[in-house]
Parts: sequence; C-alpha cells; structure tokens
Amino acid sequence: MNVHQEIAAVKSPPPLSPEVASESRRPRPAPGQEAPAIQPKLTVEHLNAWYGQNHALHDVNLVVPPRSVTAAIGPSGCGKSTFLRCLNRMHELIPGARAEGTLRIDGKDLLGRDVDPVTLRRRVGMVFQRPNPFPTMSIRDNVAAGLKLNRVPGDHAEIVERTLRQAALWDEVKDRLGASALSLSGGQQQRLCIARALAVQPEVLLMDEPASALDPIATAKIEDLIHELKERYTIVIVTHNMQQAGRVSDQTAFFYMGDLVEVGPTEKIFTNPSEKRTEDYVTGKFG
Amino acid sequence: MPPTSDTGAARATPAPARFANLGDRAWGWGISILGGTILVVAGLVLLELGRVARPAWEGMNVLRFLTSTDWDPVQEKFGALPFVYGTLVTSAVAILVALPVSVGLALFLSEMGPRRLRPPVAYAIEVLAAIPSVIYGLWGLFVLVPWLRGTLEPFLQGTLGFLPIFRGPMIGHGYLAGGLILALMILPTIASVTIEVLKTVPAALREGALALGATRWEAIRMAVLPYARPGILGATLLGLGRALGETMAVTMVIGNSPAISASLFAPGYTLPAVIANEFAEATGDVHIGALASLGLVLFGITLLLNAAARILISAVSRGTRGARA
Amino acid sequence: MNALRWRRFVNVFWTVVSGSAVLLALLPLVSLLWLVTSRGLPGLSASFFVNLPTPVGEPGGGVGNAIVGTFFMVGLASLMALPVGVGAGVFLAEKGEGVAGKAIRFTAEVLSGVPSIVVGIVAYGLIVAHMKRFSALAGGVALALIMIPSLARSTEDFIRLVPSALREASLALGVPGWKTSLRVIMPTALGGIVTAVLLAVARAAGETAPLLFTALNNQYWNLDPTQPTASLTVQIYNYAISPYEDWHEKAWTAALVLLLLVGLLNLTARFLSRNRLQGAPR
Repeated sequence: MNVHQEIAAVKSPPPLSPEVASESRRPRPAPGQEAPAIQPKLTVEHLNAWYGQNHALHDVNLVVPPRSVTAAIGPSGCGKSTFLRCLNRMHELIPGARAEGTLRIDGKDLLGRDVDPVTLRRRVGMVFQRPNPFPTMSIRDNVAAGLKLNRVPGDHAEIVERTLRQAALWDEVKDRLGASALSLSGGQQQRLCIARALAVQPEVLLMDEPASALDPIATAKIEDLIHELKERYTIVIVTHNMQQAGRVSDQTAFFYMGDLVEVGPTEKIFTNPSEKRTEDYVTGKFG
Repeated sequence: MPPTSDTGAARATPAPARFANLGDRAWGWGISILGGTILVVAGLVLLELGRVARPAWEGMNVLRFLTSTDWDPVQEKFGALPFVYGTLVTSAVAILVALPVSVGLALFLSEMGPRRLRPPVAYAIEVLAAIPSVIYGLWGLFVLVPWLRGTLEPFLQGTLGFLPIFRGPMIGHGYLAGGLILALMILPTIASVTIEVLKTVPAALREGALALGATRWEAIRMAVLPYARPGILGATLLGLGRALGETMAVTMVIGNSPAISASLFAPGYTLPAVIANEFAEATGDVHIGALASLGLVLFGITLLLNAAARILISAVSRGTRGARA
Repeated sequence: MNALRWRRFVNVFWTVVSGSAVLLALLPLVSLLWLVTSRGLPGLSASFFVNLPTPVGEPGGGVGNAIVGTFFMVGLASLMALPVGVGAGVFLAEKGEGVAGKAIRFTAEVLSGVPSIVVGIVAYGLIVAHMKRFSALAGGVALALIMIPSLARSTEDFIRLVPSALREASLALGVPGWKTSLRVIMPTALGGIVTAVLLAVARAAGETAPLLFTALNNQYWNLDPTQPTASLTVQIYNYAISPYEDWHEKAWTAALVLLLLVGLLNLTARFLSRNRLQGAPR
C-alpha cells in the first residue's frame, strides 16, 4: 500500500473551504494545470474498489484541475474503466461492486453513503463506449431526456439547440429533430449522446472510450469536440488508444493492475515518464 | 494521508445504499410486492385445494383412496384407481408417440432439414400450440374417433392382435384416442423445448464431428444427441406434465367409463376428465372433496414433474454457458 | 468405399425419417384447420354473432352471449392479472438475481405448469364456495390465476431484452432508478410486454376446463359478475358432446369463431414482437 501511495504523483490537498470551492467555479483560463493557484475541480483520495473479493483499484489519489482533459490509459483490466465508473458511482450498478474513499467536487465529498448518487450524477455526466441513444425517443427528446425526466424547468428547445451546437451536431440534424435517434449514423449517435449528457449541465464529463466503436472520421470529430468542450467542462476520458490520449489530454494517468502508477502532464508521461512501467507501456513494450 | 473531517463516515460504509431516495425505495417495494404475489398465488392454490378437498378426508384411507377401483359418489365410495390408471395409460401412449415425432421434428428443424422449409414448419408448430384444447376435442370426437374405429384399430387388431392391448371391441372412444390426441397436443411443447436445447449444443461439438468426416446424421448421433439428452428428457417431462393435466380433449374422446381395461381400445377415464364431468353436479361436500383430492394428486404429480423438468433443462443450458466462457 | 456408401445411405435414411416426423405432425394440423373451416363456414353469418342459442332444430340460433361472456371474463381476468403479472415480471427482471427472485421465478415456472382444471378447483374454493353460486367473477379469477405466472415470465424475458446500456445512460443523466425503469426501460420493452399480454389473453380465451364449474354456462346475455356466464369454449363443448347433428354444426361454427379470435390475437402478438427493439443498440 505504501508503495502505491508514494507512486501517486499528486498529493491530496487539504480540504477546501466552501468559499474557495464556489470561487473555483468561475470561468478561468487554465494554462499550466499544475499551478497550485488553481483550485482542483475533482479530488480523488484513497479510492479503493472491489468486485466481490477482487480488489480492482488500490488506493488511487488524483487531482483534476477545472477545464482540463485528463486521460486514463493502461492495458485492459488495469482498472481505468472502474476508476471512471466510480467517479459518478456507476459501479454501484454492478452486483457485488463497492468503493471506498473520498471523491470531492469543489471540495464537497460525494461518495458518502448519505449522498444520493443521483445528485452526484447530475453534476458528473457520462458518455459510454457504444452510442446508446434511447430508441423510443426522437433526436430532440433524446437531448432533452435528462431535463424532462428530472423535471428541470426552462426552455428545453433552446437548451436542445445549444447543446446540439456544442456537440457539433446541430447542422446535421436541425431539419429532422423529430426523427428517431436510431436514424443517425454511429458517429452522429455518439455526438447525440454527448449532447444528451451536456443538456443537464454537468460540471464534469466522463467519457469511457467514446470513440472505440467509431470509424476514423467520426473519431476525429469526437476528438475535435473534446477540444472545444474543454473550454467549459472538466473532462476525464478513458482510452486504450495512446495516440488519442496524446492528442486530446492535458494530463495523463497511467493505470496498471489496479494501481495508479503515474500521473502527470501528458507530454511528460509520453516523453519522459518517471516510472519504468509507464515507459514500457507508452513505448509499446507491453499491453 | 491527512485526516479529513467530513469523510470518516463515508469511508466506514462499504456497501452503498442501493435505493437512496424515496422514489427508488417506493418503486423497489412496489415491484417486490408484485413479485411476492406469485408466492401468494402459489400459497392460495395449495391452501384452497386443501380446503375444498378436506371434507372427503374424514375417515379416508389414502392408500384405499388411491388403490380402490370402486367410484360411486351416491354411496360415497371413492376409489381413484381407474382415473389414475387412465391418466397414466393415456400419458404413456402420448409420450411414446409424441417423443420420437417431436425429436424428429426438432432435428429436422434445427439440423437436417432444408433451410427454406424451416420457418413454415416452425410456424406450424406455433399454430399447433395455440389451438384451444376444446377444438382438439372437437376434432378428436368427429375425426379421430371414427378413423380409429374404422381404420387404425381394425388394422392393429389384424396385425398385432396377439397383444392384449390391441384386443377387444373397437369403439373408437378409449385410451388410444385419448393418448393420440394428447400426443398431438404435447408435440409442440416437446418439439419447441427440444429445439431450444439443440440450440445450446456448442457448435464446436458438431463441427468437430463433421470435420472428422462424419455425415450429418453421425454428427447428430455421436455429438449432438448425447449432449442434449438431459434437456430432451426435461422437454419430455414438461410434455408429460401437460399430458397428465390436459382435460377437455381427453374428456371428449376417452369414453368416460370408470373401469380398468388392458385393451387400449376400451373406454376409460382420467383424473382431469372426472373432475370436469362431475364437479359442477357433485352430490355434496364429500363428493366435491373427493374430486378436489384427485386434483391435489394431479397437482402434486405435475409439480414434481415440472420442477424436475426445469432443473434438467437449466442444467443443460448452464453447461453450455460454462463451455462457452 | 462400400462403407462410405452405407454411411451415406444411413444419413439419407434418417433425414427422410425426420422429414416424415414433420409430415406426421402436420397432417392432423391440416386436417383440423380444414375441417374447422369447411364445417364451420356454412353456419357462419351475422346472426351467429348476435343471436342467443336456440333449442335443437330451431334455426337461426347464435352464440352472441357466449362471445360476450368470453370477452367479459377475459376482461375481468386481465384487470386482475395484468398489473400483477407484468409487475412481477418487472420485479424478476430488475431484482431477480437474489434468493427471493430465484425462488419467485421458479415458483412462476412451476405454477404455469399446473393443470388448468386444478386452477378451476382453486377458483371454486375462493369464490363459488363462498358466494354459493357459479359466477363470471369465479371464471375471471380462474383465468387470472392461469395468466399471472406465464405473464410474469414472458414480461421478464422481454424486459431483459432491453440493453443495459440504456439504463446506464439514463442513470448517468442523474435520473433516479425508478424513473429510469418507468420512463426509459418500460417504453422500450413496451412492444414485447404487449406481445406477452396478447399471448396470455389468447390463452385465457381458449380455456375451457377452469370455467366448467366456476362460470358454468348461461343461455342468456349476462354482464353481471355475480351470475353464471356463457363462454365460447364451454358452449363448443356442450354442443359437441350433445347427440344432435344440428348442435354439432354449431360447435364447428363456434370453433371457427374461437379459432379466428385466438389466431388474430396470436398474429398481432407475432407482428408486435417482430418489431420490438428493432435497431436498438446492443
């Protein structure tokens, strides 16, 4: 355990006071994410996860600055997806899965049992590996689904347009908002799912290999989109594609066999990692 | 590891609450109650059956009830043997006829037949399963019984007449008619479950045999059938369960005579048939009780058969899942 | 070479045998469908659907009251069985992995194999024995008891066809679990659930045995749940076992009506289940 704690590159900062937390919500350009002046958006401390008896994540500590992209990489089964699912408590859907530790957004713990996962998930949205639009709903209703089902008041039509624009899908679908979501191509469906996640106005967006089921052109569109979304949202993305991690992320975390081996600026991880295992992985010696 | 004030409670609770908010809790309770209703229904079935049957139990000797052949409601003499016998004989005939036909049908549909013919045949089996029992009875009464009397029974007596089961007067109504109509009715059950079971046979087994140069039939005999055998047995038990409890069609063709005969041509009676015929016009609580006791016997047998069948079938499909993983 | 030829012959032989099994099974089916149609059709007329039964020899009788009775009792049964059966199916699909879920699934499967005549006795004990009268309600209860277990299992199967990705997508939007089930999962499974319901209704409409001593029969119109009620199936049975040629013909015509009704329900169910989840993501 101690070894892992030392390996974790980012030390947990002390808990934030509420005033500081609210301050960190204000828009602010984010050059040099590691600068201590910026309050972290997401703080993970001593996160452990189990599937039944299987200890899947070992004491993960990680800080995510606001308006940045953090990529989680590592070979299959390394715990990167488990890590992502814990961030909005989707792991609770898997029978026998549990997680311990602290997860703070703007300094407030959200992993506690007394916290309804629903409140966490409204702040932390998620995009999945395969596009999963609701098949019974139109394009418009898919985007507005979170608003409708949560009975969020307001002008849904306006939000639908805005988020579809943010997801770079508006021009392609504006003439057929009433059509079935299944009439879209795979890449369009995935951008629809991103728009759907954005419509509930989350602060953090989790993406679980969002382009792995798409062709290269659709993948490029998603990556461009991630660049734009970074201006407004804090993004954590899991990918098995190292080039993709290099292209889209500011910070990269390397997971191996349930450990967070190393985390640091993406450039450093790919060019000059401090850990031997990281180097072996990014240079393609295993995985 | 700086101690933080607000996280101690969170860390001490490993299992997160599944239903954290009120709506989820209400929904969880709601569907649990509806699910539990299934158990209530099962309890009601047992309880009510026992309650209706009870008046007949006073001074009743279970062994005598099941082994006596004397059924005379007016004298309050209740011997169930003719009905048990008729049920067993008709069901045995049904299985003997339906099993080979169903397995042949299932093999044709899933292994041997031309692909083009499979959908219409599968559809025909569905139709066979959907036809109400009383219509089978109608057809049995006006088509099957005259054909048995005029064609099949004389033929069987002429060729196999040395067997006691094919002797005696040929009247059409009887065990044979009941058994054959049951065979027709349980055929879709056995065939469709067998098809499902054959689907779970790992392709590797079949392909392995074919790759060794086996003909299609040899692959079926050596690889497919041995693997599917417990599932086919389960399918047969399901069919048997249906045959034992089937009422209308049998009632209309078996002749309704509380006697025991060795000949399949002779009229007989079954457990469901006597309940159907006498219940509405029963002479009193004891008579009703005796009929309900017959129902209880039937319930017990079908319960055991169904439980055994489900266990066998799920054992086959579980085996497949293990082999695929 | 000779051995190979023999093996090929054996292969062809068994293929022919299995093909004959198909013919053997289809022959009675064709005969049955043909006879119900050819003997039922001559008696079919508008008055057959709207008239009351007439005594032997009197022309122009119908089975109007029996058709209404069947609809009435199947309707009563559906009112009782649909919420419970579908709800139990939702339970099995969502929380069916625990000990309770497994026990309930097993119970439902075993219950669906209980002979319908036995269910008739149960309904007799529950209703007729207390009301001291045969009634449509008792018939409805009997049919409901038959519908519930199979409805629960088929509903479960159809809900399980909905990809878990949709549940995840909804939950990730911060939608509570119950709303996800009700507003996302159930609408997606709706076609399947309607199919399950139609099949259960079709089966109930074709049941005879449990009605014999619960709803009994009635020569007249009846929409009072506390009164004995005619049904198409019991009417067919009574006509068929009567000694009168005239009534036999009516039995065939009534059988044709019943077959059309059940067939229509099954066809609709097939059509709906073919369209279910078409193109949904895996």
